[in-house]
Amino acid sequence: MPRTPVEETCGAAAGLEAEHTPEGLSRRDFLTTLGLAAAGILAGCSPEAREAFLRKHFRELSPAEVETRLANLHADYAKRFGEDVSISAAPAREGVVYGYALDLSRCIGCRRCVYACVKENNQSRDPQIQWIRVLEMEKTKGIDFETANPYYNPERVPDPDHFYVPVACQQCRTPQCTEVCPVGATWQEPDGIVVIDYDWCIGCRYCMAACPYGARHFNWGEPHLPQAEFNPNLHVLGNRPRSRGVVEKCTFCIQRVRAGRYPACVEICPVGARKFGNLIDPESEISRILREKRVFVLKSELKTEPKFYYFYGI
Amino acid sequence: MSATRPPDQPDSENGEGGEGFDAEFSLARSNALIPLLIMFAVTVFAIVVVIVRAKPIVPPEGAVANKAFGPADFPLVFAKEEASTAPAAAAAGASTMIFPVPAPPFTEGIFPCMQCHEGIPPNPERRALEGMHSDIVFHHDEEHRWCLDCHDMNNRDQLHLANGSPVPFTESYRLCGQCHGTQFRDWRSGIHGKRTGYWDGAKRYLLCVHCHNPHSPRFAALQPLPPPVRPQFLRPAEAAVAASGEQSETRVGQEDGDAAHAR
Repeated sequence: MPRTPVEETCGAAAGLEAEHTPEGLSRRDFLTTLGLAAAGILAGCSPEAREAFLRKHFRELSPAEVETRLANLHADYAKRFGEDVSISAAPAREGVVYGYALDLSRCIGCRRCVYACVKENNQSRDPQIQWIRVLEMEKTKGIDFETANPYYNPERVPDPDHFYVPVACQQCRTPQCTEVCPVGATWQEPDGIVVIDYDWCIGCRYCMAACPYGARHFNWGEPHLPQAEFNPNLHVLGNRPRSRGVVEKCTFCIQRVRAGRYPACVEICPVGARKFGNLIDPESEISRILREKRVFVLKSELKTEPKFYYFYGI
Repeated sequence: MSATRPPDQPDSENGEGGEGFDAEFSLARSNALIPLLIMFAVTVFAIVVVIVRAKPIVPPEGAVANKAFGPADFPLVFAKEEASTAPAAAAAGASTMIFPVPAPPFTEGIFPCMQCHEGIPPNPERRALEGMHSDIVFHHDEEHRWCLDCHDMNNRDQLHLANGSPVPFTESYRLCGQCHGTQFRDWRSGIHGKRTGYWDGAKRYLLCVHCHNPHSPRFAALQPLPPPVRPQFLRPAEAAVAASGEQSETRVGQEDGDAAHAR
């Protein structure tokens, strides 16, 4: 049977290849060696690095693997910040959806909440990251983001011509940030809190572009957190120290609220403008507010359906 | 193309080439391009110079914009918070009117009132107070109200409602609720006022008077904590340290310069 020209060419090429690999290294041998080398490198490196390389997404971890992960994190943080670290992975409670309400008629814009949040959630001190941004707005203009000023700094607040709108993560029911994440590193928990797996985040910042509230913050530099200011009460999806190149956001103080406590911003607010509770419980403070007060959400036209409500309590 | 033609070509061809050159590239047009190119080059050069020589934006002198404040800078604010976070151990009382509240915020040493008022005959006269209690600024419907509308005339260690029934200082919300009914209703259900403790358990309520001075109840103005660092002044910690080092270096340099000038 006569050989077609194509076969002729292939044969010639194969012949050439064979001639040019003097040790007779075939493609199969090459790939096998490569694979073995990779496995060897992985086997040779430290257990922490190996764990980091082979780590699974947080939601795919089995309970035993979660325990191992917590133990590893505990060892890491104990080494960096001292021994009295407690890190939990407490899951969402049954029959609980968290809601938040903020009384704009009370808020005086004192920014106590901003710094209480930083203290509780181990944000980087320098470069500075703050999850709550208090916007000063003119009473004559109403809610107007275009003229809002987050950098106000008078001697005393409240200013009689202004009112103040603190904005943090609105914990949307239909969050856009989780939709756009290309790796699924952020998602909504059954209790409604939108969380981030800091180990899975690749730092693409799509979520920051998608968030209409500017609630997500990126670690542009290596986070700097003095050991003395470290809050050792940690949750794996919440306030544990982040690394450079990951996005972070408000989690309603997941480490506190899943233990039944109020978020830190609620507890610091000197005027009691911040209210928090279970939306499903009809007797909770938040349910009463939704029932008895006229509440609104920011940018309702976007259909993000926040669980963070604003109201005028007077 | 005609320009690349070798020079040793016959004259006739050279002449043809010259004509072709004129037709393809007009000398007049290429002359016009030169000033344009010069202008473009100058503009680009100017932009590059401006970018290279531009000084970094520095916040105005005394502005807090470039300092990254943290909670550790305000120990007073946050120390107070720590002390008050401990939730009331006692659960809500059996009666719906009794709420676990901390002790009323008396001026130190002023309670019990009867330790002084024991020997003083009560004077129901409406007057400007002198000596004791002159520090009280009364700004609470002062046209219509007077001390004894709330304080009991005969037993100063307690208050009294409009109907005369006594109320201890620890339940003063009942007194306030007589006029401020909607606020009292909201306070009972947790909508008005500060709550600390557990969202699903023991909460600590505060008395009205913990936040509102009963004698002038408008919430006092506060100094705000500093604003966030503007994005253009954000820098990683290492850069901040380096910058502070640079500053100290320049200061040393200036001193040297001054010394040299003096010499």
